[in-house]
Amino acid sequence: MAMQAPADEALIGRIARGDRLAMQVLFARHHVRIYRFVLRLLRDEMAAEDVIGEVFLDVWRQASRFEGRSAVSTWLIAIARFKALSLLRKRREDGLDDETAESIEEPSDDPEQALAKLDKGEKLRKCLAGLSREHREVIDLVYYHEKSVEEVAQIIGIPQNTVKTRMFYARKKLGELCRMAGIDRGWP
Amino acid sequence: MTVSDVPRDPAQNLEPGEIEALLPWYAAGTLRRRDRQRVEEALRRNPDLARHVDLVREELAETIHLNETLGAPAPLIADRLMAAIDAETNAARKRAPGAAVGWLTGFFANLAPRTLAVAASFAVLAIALQAFMIVDIFTKPQSAPQQTALGGAHRHGSFAMVRFAQAASAAEITNFLHNYQAALVDGPTEGGLYRVRIAMKTLAKEELGKIVARMRHESVVASAEPAEAAEGVEPAESAVPPAEPAEPTAPGK
Repeated sequence: MAMQAPADEALIGRIARGDRLAMQVLFARHHVRIYRFVLRLLRDEMAAEDVIGEVFLDVWRQASRFEGRSAVSTWLIAIARFKALSLLRKRREDGLDDETAESIEEPSDDPEQALAKLDKGEKLRKCLAGLSREHREVIDLVYYHEKSVEEVAQIIGIPQNTVKTRMFYARKKLGELCRMAGIDRGWP
Repeated sequence: MTVSDVPRDPAQNLEPGEIEALLPWYAAGTLRRRDRQRVEEALRRNPDLARHVDLVREELAETIHLNETLGAPAPLIADRLMAAIDAETNAARKRAPGAAVGWLTGFFANLAPRTLAVAASFAVLAIALQAFMIVDIFTKPQSAPQQTALGGAHRHGSFAMVRFAQAASAAEITNFLHNYQAALVDGPTEGGLYRVRIAMKTLAKEELGKIVARMRHESVVASAEPAEAAEGVEPAESAVPPAEPAEPTAPGK
């Protein structure tokens, strides 16, 4: 993670000078992870694709403003999060309930019966998918995007202690969902 | 004693649960050294906490699994992005001269003949000064900041130096990297070369040569040469694994 930073920053410098190829390399390197982060927030594949297009267009426009105070990947996720949440706000204002518009990770007709057929890993993943947006966001940032306490605080815009507390309660909630799904993990 | 009852450590003034709150970052390997040491110390004293770390690792593994099954966006979006960038750049180019001409026309139309003559003298002087500066820039040796980029990360594995074709699109480059399970790790150099990691392990010279020869036949590749692993350039970082793995395969895409 730390070793990647200089190369990413060099790319941003080149993008700021209008280098298209540097833009393509940065995109190739990060777009899948950014897409997955946005998709987990929006649960809408087409909207997630639109958002990452906007994210990288913003990078093209604002590369000269990047000051290197955070890792490039952290900056990208922060931009993506802002855009995804703006879209969700707009949907709410337009009267569209984003949670009901979900196209993935939906349980089948009889959730209890379906859960019983799954192995432990699958059940755990179902429970992870069933967390609130706030909780799955912090879990993804820590476990999948490998962000430190400081970086998560930067991305979400909350104090570091709140990050730790939110992660703790996200895990606690996950434990409760697991127990309901028939997995006794012994915690909480 | 349950894992949530981690005893207070008077020397470090830890609240019960404070160490627990750090476990996700401990398992992910993203804790600061000082915090990592605190967790390791607590783990030595409390076996229940070690069992809790196992739970965290289980969550971590399933979170990664869940995310990696989400697939990838359509390759088309890369081309859409570059088209938007091109359109924006072209529009900016078109706007700039037009705006400047319009401003200059208005400016000169408002000037009196005597003022215009004085302004013309200053303009001649400014052009001469710019010409002198341009000659100066081209005759001085240029610094090469890009060259330093290759001295840094990603020195374990097998590598090639690749120059992509001018016409190669982002989607084509992404597909190329995906097909070879390769990753761009550095570049471009001054000559437009990119360092591409072909394998995480060191391949035999002959095997590396075969892969690179195959790459040369790809339409997105203008040139490709095997590259030496740069072990020992910066020994302080040599223990750190490569940070940018090739993107995982997107199922169903």
